Amino acid sequence: MEQFGFFILLLDATLRVSVPLVLAAIAGLFSERSGIVDIGLEGKMLGGAFAAAAASYVCSERLAAAGLEGLLPAAAWVGLAAAVSWSVLLALLHGVASIRYHGNQIVSGVAINILMSGLTVLLGIAWFSQGGRTPQLPPGGRFRPVVWPGAEAVAEVPILGHLYSELLSGHNVLVYLAFLAVPLAFWVVYRTRFGLRLRAVGENPEAVDTAGISVAGMRYRAVIVCGALCGVAGAYLSTAQSAAFIKDMTAGKGFIALAALVFGKWRPVPTLLACLLFGFLDAVAARLQGSFDLEATTPLVRALVDAAPFVIEALPYALVVLLLAGFVGRAIAPKASGIPYVKSG
Amino acid sequence: MQANRDVSVEVVKGSIHGIIGENGAGKSTLMSILYGFYRADSGSVEIDGRTAAIHSPGDAIAAGIGMVHQHFMLVEPLTVLENVLLGAEGGPLLRDGVRQARDDLDRLERDYGLEVDVDAAVGGLPVGIQQRVEILKALYRGAETLILDEPTGVLTPQEATDLFRILAALKKQGRTIILITHKLREIMAITEQVTVMRRGSVVADVRTADTSREHLAELMVGRKVLLRVDKGAAQPGEVLLEARNLEAVDDTGVRRLKDVSLTVRRGEILGIAGVAGNGQSELLEVLCGIRKPASGELEVNGHVLWSGQERTDARRVRRIGLAHIPEDRQRMGLVTAFTAGESSILGYQGDAAFNGPILLHRRRVVSACQRQMHEYDVRPPDPLLLSSGFSGGNQQKIIVARELDRDPEVLLIGQPTRGLDIGAIESIHRRIIELRDRGKAILLVSVELDEILSLSDRIAVMFDGAVAGEVAAEDATEQLLGGLMAGLGNN
Repeated sequence: MEQFGFFILLLDATLRVSVPLVLAAIAGLFSERSGIVDIGLEGKMLGGAFAAAAASYVCSERLAAAGLEGLLPAAAWVGLAAAVSWSVLLALLHGVASIRYHGNQIVSGVAINILMSGLTVLLGIAWFSQGGRTPQLPPGGRFRPVVWPGAEAVAEVPILGHLYSELLSGHNVLVYLAFLAVPLAFWVVYRTRFGLRLRAVGENPEAVDTAGISVAGMRYRAVIVCGALCGVAGAYLSTAQSAAFIKDMTAGKGFIALAALVFGKWRPVPTLLACLLFGFLDAVAARLQGSFDLEATTPLVRALVDAAPFVIEALPYALVVLLLAGFVGRAIAPKASGIPYVKSG
Repeated sequence: MQANRDVSVEVVKGSIHGIIGENGAGKSTLMSILYGFYRADSGSVEIDGRTAAIHSPGDAIAAGIGMVHQHFMLVEPLTVLENVLLGAEGGPLLRDGVRQARDDLDRLERDYGLEVDVDAAVGGLPVGIQQRVEILKALYRGAETLILDEPTGVLTPQEATDLFRILAALKKQGRTIILITHKLREIMAITEQVTVMRRGSVVADVRTADTSREHLAELMVGRKVLLRVDKGAAQPGEVLLEARNLEAVDDTGVRRLKDVSLTVRRGEILGIAGVAGNGQSELLEVLCGIRKPASGELEVNGHVLWSGQERTDARRVRRIGLAHIPEDRQRMGLVTAFTAGESSILGYQGDAAFNGPILLHRRRVVSACQRQMHEYDVRPPDPLLLSSGFSGGNQQKIIVARELDRDPEVLLIGQPTRGLDIGAIESIHRRIIELRDRGKAILLVSVELDEILSLSDRIAVMFDGAVAGEVAAEDATEQLLGGLMAGLGNN
């Protein structure tokens, strides 16, 4: 029973760390399916995280000063709106560079990553003078866990009750949003007009153009969706998972999400599974740290246990390299991704 | 550059109208304007007597114009149904459009004999069927006028016959068809009226019944041309290239060459016919030393390649007297970002004539290129111009000059005249015959049946990686070769 409880906790942790991966990977899916390679997921998430924490903090302070404590939960939503807006702006910057000016999409994406890495800290210092952090948010300024009806009552029921109260109930709204985003993305991509055009424009933009559809229009719409989802992922990091923005708090999650997207072959459900796998590895790595009595073991075991988290962290990248090299199935990117559309002739 | 100059064309409703001209005569530009892909600087389009404003493909579709492009505008991973729906989905959700499209496609398939599996992914279909998908796309959008741009370039003769049958059925139903081509035979076979274009202008507009192939050809190039190549009988000598049971697999593990055996003798041209993608490219790659065969033996000019003691690569193969004019001149034949002079020594850059201890002898490179350019009539004759600045025909002449200048014993040529105009084709064909008459062995790969028939002394047909049959030139007919090309066996 104790082992089961441990396992549930591990899964619970997996869900929590997977959320930004899922949101960012689905964001990348929309962009890359339209033919715009997006290595700037990381930067957009980071920018979103800063915008969310900063806006939520300022908003909750104002509310408190005006004596409107009852309205405090609105601050988290203001933060989310700020994150989404800022991230969409960044996505449009990438879009204009890649679509309008036929720029190199990798360069543009990397530029956004570097820009956000520096700008968030700079603005953080300028506005809040806490070494690049944003001030700790009051409880109302964050997204709080949602307890499902009856979760308390069934918590003692073995297995099912455990699953319900620990694993399903008690997450914040963004967690549920992230996992809803996957079936929604599936439905959009495979069942709607927008989805059909999206799949087509990343494979053969000329076919889309000659069908009387604007290639640029489709791609702008796709990068806007991408930006919005990255914004949500960023807000999750700074206003749901933690209660402040910290320098470089995305810590490579944008790149892991990109790896999951490749691993999932640019399809929503396999991408979700890849995110959960990487999230699970991350959760295991976190558990491993400091969970053993290392004094009692040999130096070799100690070294192995010390190294394990790093090995596990590197695993997603290693797996993607193997995948791209053709060792584990094949990953075939949308044919036109990364190539600016210029009318020939 | 002015691609179209004061062009006026009238197409009668319910007819098949041909537009013919050499490459670069402005046919495709004209049609792209009609389809709204480019915008004309001046002039107007009238449909059924009313002026139509066509600024985008969307406008053209709304005006009842459908286009089948030379390079299909299909999304390969999507199904036939999805490709047809793209841009005509009938609502924000696909569900309703799908039902409608299934019914309509069923009807269109029945009416015009356009059978195709609507749930198959387009990428896996043969080109002939992919073309049907393009036609279905246009018809589904309600096209009354159908423009086909070089529709038979990628088809086997049988597939082309099928296409013409479909076009005739469409015409019977009152649709109008505009056929763009540079093939005189097709114009004569199917059109009622033909417009001839040359250098961006219309030079003639005649009833097909009142003209002839020779007359049209003359109008196209503006002077009399020989449609048949003048050549005497071959005098084959000893075997210079012999391949026995060659097998090859490509990078994805697919078998591309299956038990291919060929010989080419001194003083003859062996033509390799076949629809593109049936192993011809891989055969050339093995023969010229850039792809290792999985098994089999190869002997060129007395040297054993691939299995012998010496290693085989493109450089050594060149040294033993084999020259190669590759299929894709822009990707393999020259470096478009190099000057013509630099491109003219590719593969021979190590020759003592050009290569100093450290630096190239630039002046010698330039003067050698200058001489070749005069000999082979390359225009403009400027070795310092970038390779990309020459027209396709002149790029090809630069490559031909480079390879023939070394007086090779064996010559491999892939698609020597793809995309070239009649003038350049004539000149390259003459060079090939000349080389044969000097007692060299020539292996010619071409998807143009006319070219194979007019140049070859013997013809081998490739289908699905194997030699489907070999015939002497005098016994070869289009029908016989067509059957072999389609994999129907030698019956």
